[in-house]
Amino acid sequence: MAHTAVHQASRGQTAAHAHAAEHHDQEGLKILGFWIFLVTDCLLFGTLFAAYVVLRTHTDGGPNGKELFEVPGFVAETFILLTSSFTSGLAALAMNQGKRNQLLGWLAVTALLGACFVGFEVSEFAKMAGEGATISRSAFLSAFFTLVGTHGLHVSLGLVWMTAIMLQLRRRGITAVTRRKVFVISLYWHFLDAVWIFLFTVVYLMGVM
Amino acid sequence: MEHETTQTHAHGSVKSYVTGFALSIVLTIIPIVLVLSHALAGKPLIVTIVLLAVLQFLIQLFFFMHVREGEQPRYNVMALILGCVIVFTIVAGSMWIMSFNAAVQ
Repeated sequence: MAHTAVHQASRGQTAAHAHAAEHHDQEGLKILGFWIFLVTDCLLFGTLFAAYVVLRTHTDGGPNGKELFEVPGFVAETFILLTSSFTSGLAALAMNQGKRNQLLGWLAVTALLGACFVGFEVSEFAKMAGEGATISRSAFLSAFFTLVGTHGLHVSLGLVWMTAIMLQLRRRGITAVTRRKVFVISLYWHFLDAVWIFLFTVVYLMGVM
Repeated sequence: MEHETTQTHAHGSVKSYVTGFALSIVLTIIPIVLVLSHALAGKPLIVTIVLLAVLQFLIQLFFFMHVREGEQPRYNVMALILGCVIVFTIVAGSMWIMSFNAAVQ
């Protein structure tokens, strides 16, 4: 009983401090939660990679990677996404220095590069489909479109999300909550670039070998 | 103010991002040149470009995502390592078991 009373008293004394710490802990916890989401997303891509690697030779007499993939196209996509990952890092850096306009500028550049990437990918897919290489043509193409398409969908969703955060930043400025949101989307963007490194290597480079 | 310095957001420098970006560009150009110039072929080429991809992944993790600079204990790193182990098991296991299937047929 005595112990509980002491505990409650000390809790009362530090209530203000505890509230601030709680808020901080919650933001930290949300970042940890996002890391765990990224890990589960890794598992999703892992299974799609496994399917692709197993099925990549199953072209059923249809076109293979060497005939379909165009080197300038996927090299351009790679450098665009890599640069956008770098600019999203610069956005986080501007945020740490409290420079809101610079932060918004780098986020806009990142989103623009992301949109270019999606544009390149859509035109690549359309061109392939136009040549008869559709998702239902062979097991190889089913695995290819599922794997690369899932990544493209992640980038597209990231664009919508990034735009929403930019709007919120314009309205509310840099607060504890918007800081965490910008930090989380920059993590997400770096993660998408990290996944693309493997797509670029396993799908495209090994495809044109 | 103490919270500001201990917050997970407050890390990274222009230097680390520029270094990471430069290293990533180099590690992207090397495999492109290796594949297009046919300097290597077959298994050695595949092993080399996969290793370069893993290296670039680690560079992004350390220079862009700052995995080392989180709060202690680093549950995110533990989760990430577990994830990598599972992904490796799924991918390598699928390749292994399906190559056996092809050999039997």
